[in-house]
Amino acid sequence: MNYLKKNSKLLFPLLLLVLWQIFSSSGYFPPQILPSPLQIVTGIKELLFAGLPPGNSLVLHCFESLLRVSAGFAIALIMGVPLGIMVGRFKLLRNMLTPVIETIRPIPPLAWIPLAILWFGIGFKSALFIIFLGCFFPILLSTISGVLSVDTILIDAAKTLGATEKKIFLQILIPAATPSIFTGIRIGVGIGWMTLVAAEFTGVKSGYGLGYMIMVARDIQRPDLVIGGMAAIGLMGYLLDAGLRMLEARTLKWR
Amino acid sequence: MTLELKNLCKTYTDESGENTVAALSNITLTVRAGEFLSVIGPSGCGKTTMLRIIAGLEQPTAGEVFINGEQLAEPWSRVGFVFQEYALFPWRTVSENVEFGLELKNIPKQERRRMALEYINQFGMGGFENKYPKELSGGMKQRVAIARTLITNPSIILMDEPFGSLDSQTRNALQEFLRDVWQTSQKTIIFITHNIDEAVFLSHRVIGFSRRPGTIKFSLDIDIPAPRDRTGSEFNQCRKQILGFLQQESMADK
Repeated sequence: MNYLKKNSKLLFPLLLLVLWQIFSSSGYFPPQILPSPLQIVTGIKELLFAGLPPGNSLVLHCFESLLRVSAGFAIALIMGVPLGIMVGRFKLLRNMLTPVIETIRPIPPLAWIPLAILWFGIGFKSALFIIFLGCFFPILLSTISGVLSVDTILIDAAKTLGATEKKIFLQILIPAATPSIFTGIRIGVGIGWMTLVAAEFTGVKSGYGLGYMIMVARDIQRPDLVIGGMAAIGLMGYLLDAGLRMLEARTLKWR
Repeated sequence: MTLELKNLCKTYTDESGENTVAALSNITLTVRAGEFLSVIGPSGCGKTTMLRIIAGLEQPTAGEVFINGEQLAEPWSRVGFVFQEYALFPWRTVSENVEFGLELKNIPKQERRRMALEYINQFGMGGFENKYPKELSGGMKQRVAIARTLITNPSIILMDEPFGSLDSQTRNALQEFLRDVWQTSQKTIIFITHNIDEAVFLSHRVIGFSRRPGTIKFSLDIDIPAPRDRTGSEFNQCRKQILGFLQQESMADK
């Protein structure tokens, strides 16, 4: 029982895979509809070593997608945090911007794809823009709410110790809002990652990207490669979030 | 450093501009250099508002504040503030909290660390310099907050019920601690409290505020020589007078 408790994280997914394999092997799941786990593993090997299209390895697809997300995320962070702090700090700005933010925010990033292609063409810049939209709003809103929830007594204390408005920004508002900003970053990266892959469906110039790779697999009717690509997306998303959580725990050990 | 308040008034107006609440009415008060002044009075009578105005955190509706005869644009260069809720920065260690004011004055890192450690040790907190506030007890937090204020060397220290949320033993210990700190530093201190015992133990003078809008209705000089015996007859005499005022004030217009 103890063993089960300790390893439930691994055992349950493993059980699912085994059941899946059994159903596949006994012919309940036709391979052209849902390939078996073993077939998918073979597919992933093919993606890794042969590549799809041939020569373009899965590793490079992952790398390129990660690069796009990182770039879009970085821009969202550089814009979202300072803007969020200003909006949180200054009521007038908040009153002015809230309706604008709340109108643009519900528009799914994917709805921007036609415009993005019109503005930036197919390729890196378009993808960047879509990712940016996915990351930006969670970061902005979490930063605003982080600043709004800063205990005003901390600001008063800083003032009585001689802090100027600039120091209050840097030394009080930013660190105090950091836990909330981190939440926004994690949500933003998650949404950005999901959005990216969808954005790559519309096409990439470089011939790399997980979304693009999946579309190629669809075109040649290889569900094992499609699912292999999906697994890579899931795993990368999980690792990204795990990395962020580690960074968060380290940065916020004062909590 | 002398502090003078002249006809200080504060009225709060809500956003619609229709409803006003008078918090302070016509406060005139002189606090001598090195004096320890306690302020008592019913809750919500404007004591805190007065401290916030002196600290420059709020502007008075009318009246003026003079420090050593000067009207200061930036009172916080001379006035320190200690809050009931400690107001420590949770993301900073004890030492980093104490260093905050020095950091703002651009004192080099090594120098401010050395000064902070000196205070931390002197305040009986040696070994805690790298702890975060969440790891400290209430009494320790307040000592850190006092150190953080004192290290910037203000001439006047405003304390808003600093020991209000501590248990009575810690409270007594911190009162003695504050008395010692005050005796060595000779700062001017204005101290808000609801605790009569505390006021008599620490103060040169106790003033009492009326209900809102706050005006000064009571003043008592306390000449008991140190060390003050909390059970002595003079001590009790003072307590009786203050208690009398507070009771009378709570009966008024009820």
